[in-house]
Amino acid sequence: MPDEKLFIGSHAPYWHNGSSISAKSYDTMLAALPAVVLGISQYGAPALGVLALSVSCAMIWELIMNVAMKRPASIGDGNAAVIGLLFAMLMPATAPWWAVVVGTFVAVVIGKQIFGGIGCNPLNPALVAIAILMLSWESMMDFNDALVNYDFGFNMIYPLAAIKSFGASAVSDYNTVGLLMGQQPGGIGTTFGLGLIIGGLYLILRGHIRWEISLSFLASVFVTALLFNLSDPDKYANPVFHLLTGYTLIGAFFLATEDSSSPVNFFPMLLYGAFAGILTVLIRNIGAFVDGVVFAILMMNVANPLLDKIRPKAMGKGIKHA
Amino acid sequence: MIKRPFFSLGKPKLKYPVDDTQEQDVIRVIPLPDRVTFFLEDPYERNEGFLIKPGDKIKTGQKLKLTEDDKDYVISSVTGTIADISQYRGYLGKTYAAISIDTGDEEQWDDKFKEGCQKPTLENSLEFLGCLPGDTGFIPILDTHPPLNTIIINGLDKDILVSTNQLIVQTETDSLKTGIEYLREITGAGEIMIAVSPELASQAGEIDVDVKVIEPSYPNTLPEIIMKSILGKTPPADETWEQIGVGLINAEAVVAISNAFTKGQIPVSKLLTVINKDNTTVHVRARVGTHVKEILAALDIETYHGDQLVLGGPMTGHALYSEDLPILADTDAIMVHDKDNVVLPSDCHCINCGECVRACPARIPVNMLIRVLENDLYEEAAKEYDLLSCIECGLCSYVCPARIPIFHYIMLGKYELARIETVEESNA
Repeated sequence: MPDEKLFIGSHAPYWHNGSSISAKSYDTMLAALPAVVLGISQYGAPALGVLALSVSCAMIWELIMNVAMKRPASIGDGNAAVIGLLFAMLMPATAPWWAVVVGTFVAVVIGKQIFGGIGCNPLNPALVAIAILMLSWESMMDFNDALVNYDFGFNMIYPLAAIKSFGASAVSDYNTVGLLMGQQPGGIGTTFGLGLIIGGLYLILRGHIRWEISLSFLASVFVTALLFNLSDPDKYANPVFHLLTGYTLIGAFFLATEDSSSPVNFFPMLLYGAFAGILTVLIRNIGAFVDGVVFAILMMNVANPLLDKIRPKAMGKGIKHA
Repeated sequence: MIKRPFFSLGKPKLKYPVDDTQEQDVIRVIPLPDRVTFFLEDPYERNEGFLIKPGDKIKTGQKLKLTEDDKDYVISSVTGTIADISQYRGYLGKTYAAISIDTGDEEQWDDKFKEGCQKPTLENSLEFLGCLPGDTGFIPILDTHPPLNTIIINGLDKDILVSTNQLIVQTETDSLKTGIEYLREITGAGEIMIAVSPELASQAGEIDVDVKVIEPSYPNTLPEIIMKSILGKTPPADETWEQIGVGLINAEAVVAISNAFTKGQIPVSKLLTVINKDNTTVHVRARVGTHVKEILAALDIETYHGDQLVLGGPMTGHALYSEDLPILADTDAIMVHDKDNVVLPSDCHCINCGECVRACPARIPVNMLIRVLENDLYEEAAKEYDLLSCIECGLCSYVCPARIPIFHYIMLGKYELARIETVEESNA
C-alpha cells in the first residue's frame, strides 16, 4: 500500500517542551566558559592544551566504549564533552598529557560507561577521575608543586595548603575581591569565583541544575566554617575564605549538581548539599586532605539513593476514607 | 507547541488560550455523513449471536445492543442500514464491536425513548442515557447505592487548547440549569457544584449551584486535580471516585440530559474542538460516529502521509492511524499535528535530571518509576513507586530532556498490571 495515507501513531503527549540532553550539555559548557577563559588567559597554552586534550579524549573514550559495547554512538549528547571539560577545569595547567588521558579514561569508562552510560553512573565521573589521580599521583595534583614556575604577581601559595600548614594568619593577604577575580593558584577553571557564580546562576535560571543543592552546599560550607572559625580564629580560616577557595564554587554549581548522582526530591537535595558542605569543611579543617570537596561530594553520591527515599507521599496513597 | 521558556524555574506552566475572538462562538455544523461507525465495548470478542446484523434498518436514536444480556449499548446517531459489524481493538487492548451504518435518505427518529420516558427517573436514564455526548461516566454516577454525596459538573476541558465544555457553559447556560435540575432529580445527590474558569464564573453564577473557580492552566483541569482543589481530597489510588461518594460529569453531558428530557430525543451530536496544524481552533458539531475524514474535509484541513491525527488534546489524546475512524461520544477534540512537529521518543536512559519529579502533580518518583518499568517490574512499580497514583497528565513525557516516552511506559505498566491481576484471580 505505497500510496495509502497513514498517520504516525505514538502515545500521548504529542507536544514536547523542546528540551534535550545536548542542549543541557552545551548550556553547561557555556556556563563554564567564563571560568575556563580566565584559566586560559592566566596559564596560557598549557591550560588550553589540557582542556582541549581532556574534552577530545573524553569524547573518544565514549565513542570507543559505544563501539565496544555495541551501543548507538552517544557523543552527540555532549555529556562526555562536559565530563572532559569539568575534569580539565579541576586539573592544574601543568598536568602531563598522559595524566589527562588516564583521567578521562577513568572518568568516562570507569566513572560512567561501565555502569551503562549516561544516567546510570552512581558517582560523578569527573570527580571519580580526580579522586583517583589525587590518590595515585599526589605531587602532580598538589597545586604548590605543580604551579611552582608561575608567578602572576599575587600570592602563589595554594590557599588551602597554606591554611592547613600555617593557620589563619598565613592567608591574611588573600582578600575577598582578589579571590573572586581569580587571584589564587588552583585548577584551570576553579579559581575565578565570580565567573563560576555567574555560570552557576545561569544554569539555575535555565533550570539545568537544582538550586537547592548548590544553595544548601554553599550555606553549609559557610556555617560549618563559621563554627570552626569561631571556635579558634587563629587556626581556622573565615567562612568566606572557604567559600572562595579550592573546589568549593565549582563543586557547588557544576559537580554536586551532576544529575545522575544527586537526589531529585526537595528535602533530600537540601540534605545532600548540606552534608556535602559539612564534610568538605571537616576534611579541610581536621582531615588529611587539603581540599575536601572531591571526597565530600563522592561520599554523598554514595548516599544519594538512600537520601532520595525521603519523598512526599504520592497522591491517593495512604489516605483512607473509611 | 508550547516550548520551555529560556529561563525556567520550577514547574511548567501550560496556560489555556483565552477565548478572545468572536469566531470562537461560531459552531460549524458538519453535514450528515454517508457512513457512521460506533464502537461498542465487547470484552468477549464475539463474532456471532448478535441481535443486530448487516442489512438491519436502524432509526436515529435507536438503541443498539449486541445481545439481550449485554449491559453496554450505543445510540445510533443516524437513520440507515447496518453495513458491517467487525471487531476493533482500541487503546489498552480494549476490544470493541465496530458497527458501521450507511446513512439513509430520510431521517426517522426512534420513539421508544419519547414514549417510555416522560419523566427524568433513574430507570429511564439507565435504560437510555448510557452514552450521552460528552459522557465520561454517567452510568457509574447513577448506578451507586447510596446516592453520591457530591456531583461535580466539569465546565472545564481536560486538555490544552480544547474548549468544548467551556463553550457549553458560555452558550448553553439555560440548558445547563435545567440539566442540573434533572440531574438532582435522577440521582438524589446531596450536593451539586460546577467547576468553571474565572472568565465564566459570573455566567455560571446564574445557575443555582455552588460555583467553583479553577485557574485554567494544565494540569489543574484534570479530574483528579479538580477534585483535589474543590474538595481538598483525592481519590485513593485503588478506589474509584464513586466509592468515596463523588461523581464528575461534563457540562456537555448535563446539557444532553436536559435536551433529552425536554425534547424527547436522545442527543446524537457532539460538540468538538478541532485543533489545526497551526494550533488555531474551530468548534464543530457532528453526529457521533462521523469519520474524522468528513470533519476535516468540511473544514478544509489537509492532511498528509506522516502527519499525526489525535482524538483528544495534545497532552492526553489518542493517535489514530487512519482518517476513517469515527469520533466517539467522549471525543472532545480532534488535533491535527503536522509531521514536522511530531515528537519522536528516544530509547535513551533516564538521566535523573528530576524534571518529571518536579512536574508531576501526583508527586510520583517518576525517575525511579521509569527505571522499574523499563525492566518490566510492574508489580514493584505499583507497590514501591506509586504507579497507580498516576493521573495520566503526560507532563513527565512533555518535560523529559531524554525524550523517554514515560507516559507510554506508565500506561503499559498499568495495562500489564491489570493483566497480571486478572491471571492471578483466575488461578486463585
